[in-house]
Amino acid sequence: MTPSDFHVTRSSSVTKIAAVLGLLILIILIAAPYWAGRADMRLMGELFLYLALASLWNLMAGYAGLVSVGQQAYVGFGGYMLFALTMFGGVHPIGAIVIAGFFGALIAVPVALLIFRLRGAYFAIGTWVIAEVFRLSFAQVSVLGGGSGSSLPVGIVRSLSSSRAGREHLSYWLALASAVIVIAAVYFFLRSRNGLALTAIRDNELAAGSLGIDIWRTKFVVYIVTAALTSMIGALIFLQKLRISPDAAFSVNDWTAFVIFIVVIGGIGTIEGPIIGTLIFFALRETLADLGTIYLMVLGVVAIVIMLKAPKGIWGLIRTRFDVELFPLSYRVKHSQTAQKD
Amino acid sequence: MPDPILRISGLDAFYGDFQALYDVALEAGEGEVLAIIGANGAGKTTLMRSISGLTQNKAAMVRYRGENIGALRADEVAAKGIALVPEGRQLFPSLSVEENLIIGGQVGRKGPWSLNAVYKLFPILQERRHQQSTSLSGGQQQMVAIGRALMANPDLILFDEISLGLAPIIIKDIYAALPGIINEGMSALIVEQDITKALSVSSRFYCLQEGRVSLEGASATVAREDISRAYFGVA
Amino acid sequence: MEWVNAVVQGTLLGGLYALFAAGLSLIFGVMRLVNIAHGDLIVLAAYLGLSATTLLGLHPLAALLVVVPAMAIMGYVLQRAILNQTLGKDILPPLLVTFGLSVIIQNTLLEAYSADPQKMNAGALETASFSAGGLSLGVLPVMTFVIAVGVIAGLQWTFYRTALGRAFRATSDNQEIAQLMGLNRRHIFGLAMALALAVTAIAGIMLGIRTSFDPSIGGGRLIFGFEAVIIGGLGNLWGTLVGGVILGVAQTIGAKIDPGWQLLAGHLVFLIILAVRPNGLFPRIGE
Repeated sequence: MTPSDFHVTRSSSVTKIAAVLGLLILIILIAAPYWAGRADMRLMGELFLYLALASLWNLMAGYAGLVSVGQQAYVGFGGYMLFALTMFGGVHPIGAIVIAGFFGALIAVPVALLIFRLRGAYFAIGTWVIAEVFRLSFAQVSVLGGGSGSSLPVGIVRSLSSSRAGREHLSYWLALASAVIVIAAVYFFLRSRNGLALTAIRDNELAAGSLGIDIWRTKFVVYIVTAALTSMIGALIFLQKLRISPDAAFSVNDWTAFVIFIVVIGGIGTIEGPIIGTLIFFALRETLADLGTIYLMVLGVVAIVIMLKAPKGIWGLIRTRFDVELFPLSYRVKHSQTAQKD
Repeated sequence: MPDPILRISGLDAFYGDFQALYDVALEAGEGEVLAIIGANGAGKTTLMRSISGLTQNKAAMVRYRGENIGALRADEVAAKGIALVPEGRQLFPSLSVEENLIIGGQVGRKGPWSLNAVYKLFPILQERRHQQSTSLSGGQQQMVAIGRALMANPDLILFDEISLGLAPIIIKDIYAALPGIINEGMSALIVEQDITKALSVSSRFYCLQEGRVSLEGASATVAREDISRAYFGVA
Repeated sequence: MEWVNAVVQGTLLGGLYALFAAGLSLIFGVMRLVNIAHGDLIVLAAYLGLSATTLLGLHPLAALLVVVPAMAIMGYVLQRAILNQTLGKDILPPLLVTFGLSVIIQNTLLEAYSADPQKMNAGALETASFSAGGLSLGVLPVMTFVIAVGVIAGLQWTFYRTALGRAFRATSDNQEIAQLMGLNRRHIFGLAMALALAVTAIAGIMLGIRTSFDPSIGGGRLIFGFEAVIIGGLGNLWGTLVGGVILGVAQTIGAKIDPGWQLLAGHLVFLIILAVRPNGLFPRIGE
């Protein structure tokens, strides 16, 4: 047995099977308008948007150590940008979504410069203050309906597609695309040099610093990119809702609490975690939603129990039990002969 | 030999994920002073942590006065009468000198040691008693750390590297004070890099090498070459 | 004179915010824990006070005698049963667990008391006022401020003059070595949370007498308390009082300019101070 018998690789047969299966599922999902009912498509659309939000929050908290409880700032900001750009700028809604992302990144720069002065948990509450400032500020803008909000004019809605079914299909595909784009972006980011730096920071901030990784800059980039993508998703969310108000746009429960539960339950710090978490979250919601507040209490209890007893979430349990990974991120050392077998 | 106050047997202990001690056995008699010597990384500090409860192990690995204490928490061990003077002194920076001493007596055991007794042993501390502990010199901080351990009126006191980082003259003073401390009937374990110092104040010694006891014997009669072999692991 | 009045009213309001902040500051000081559920615990205390007044027929201030011990016991149990398990180097577990607690408390209150705003009835105390230097001062706001000063002085005294405070400081400095002194840090942390929730109980009752409340307002109270702590400087109790006062004054002056600006003005002053003095106005040396 010589050293050349060993090689280091990221992929395994599991990741290859997962990739093929994933592609198949994606094709089936793209074709959903041809096989799914209207209500199912609406639900799936919502699921994809939550999956995208959860993957982004996971990138920040699970990889960059930036625990935010204020991402609703960007969801609401994106939503309001969509309304403002289409209503007063005459921009096509799809264009407005892209521009909302750009503005989201722009406003995130001064925000980051401020709240990066806060450490750890205080950073978290700082993000919440920012979200409150956004909410209170948009409530002051009377042309956007002030505190009571406004609806998207029919003409703008029609500009997407003249038929109702056409609009529904389009918003479904947009939601699916956003989830795929976000997960792909997170995946390729984590495989890049910056992503490796992030993992190094997560594992040991001090050591990463001494290796010449600019921790501040890496975190800053993650924060800005996340803000941009979250704003775009926010615009998409309110393009589906067709109505916006400060309380709905900047809701800490809807856009942060649920997202955190999804990530914690699924498994923080893994790409697979948010996917599993979103599926569990929606399964629970569809079965327990009639219970109203009790459902939220159950969700809170489940999240606490998972955090205490299995801090790596459901996916973490699966991974330690079976040593599998769907997205090839970790390096494994393989022996050429045994590599064939597993 | 009198009944042992401390009996360690089959001690395997970990420092984080790394196993630092392998099957260590050790006995200290009532009123006895033992020296623990060994190179850096030999496992001396892990041994001290295991006795004091900062590292918890299997209950029967550490017995104190016939009781299994290996699995107890440090505060429970402290209440039984074992005190540690930790490596690097580790005073509480937000407490004054006097508060550092008082908190040492928090366990509430009766005995000869009190604030006055500590001030009599180290008069300089009385002068500085209202200062922040961080404003003292290294030697004075070591006095506070020793005083803090004494305030608990322990029956067994552990000294971990008390001369580390101190000027020779200060080390001399502290070692001059040791007999006065240990004469009160206490047993003591002294971890020390300076082998001569350690042997001069102890009756017996244990030498650790890579987590195992490589030599034990009477401090007064041991041959230097035996120690070098046990210490460095070379013939 | 109107502006002087706004400043004075804001200062008194700051007393309430300092009460929100004191518990938060204490917990952070002893165990570096930031409790996201802090605001919901304040609201919980207000509801417990409400139940004490309606079920037992107590005056809200007399309800303190019931609610303060109840919250303290709850704090000790909460810390020993749940929060102690989350403490370590990683900041995620305490943050997410207290976030989960926040959602649980909020929805439990919704279930038990509905979403309708409620208020405690303190009778004549609510409207009583006296005039001083040409200003009309409400007895209740003045009383809240005096209580806040008293609470902070009491905490300061506990921290620096008692055995418990010594144990708090020692454990905060170095948990392992404190353990060697016979201090069980789990118990010490339990006591710290008990003390913090006792203060939270006072904050909740004073809030509930002053304004109407509903289960959803906890997040806002957490933010006010947090802003007061950061403005004053982490780990400085008197600084926290000053932070509360600055926040209160900013809000009343903001409200004077435009009612919609009340909260925004407070947040903006906080952000400005964060930009100019990131460590707060009175940081503790060495922190």
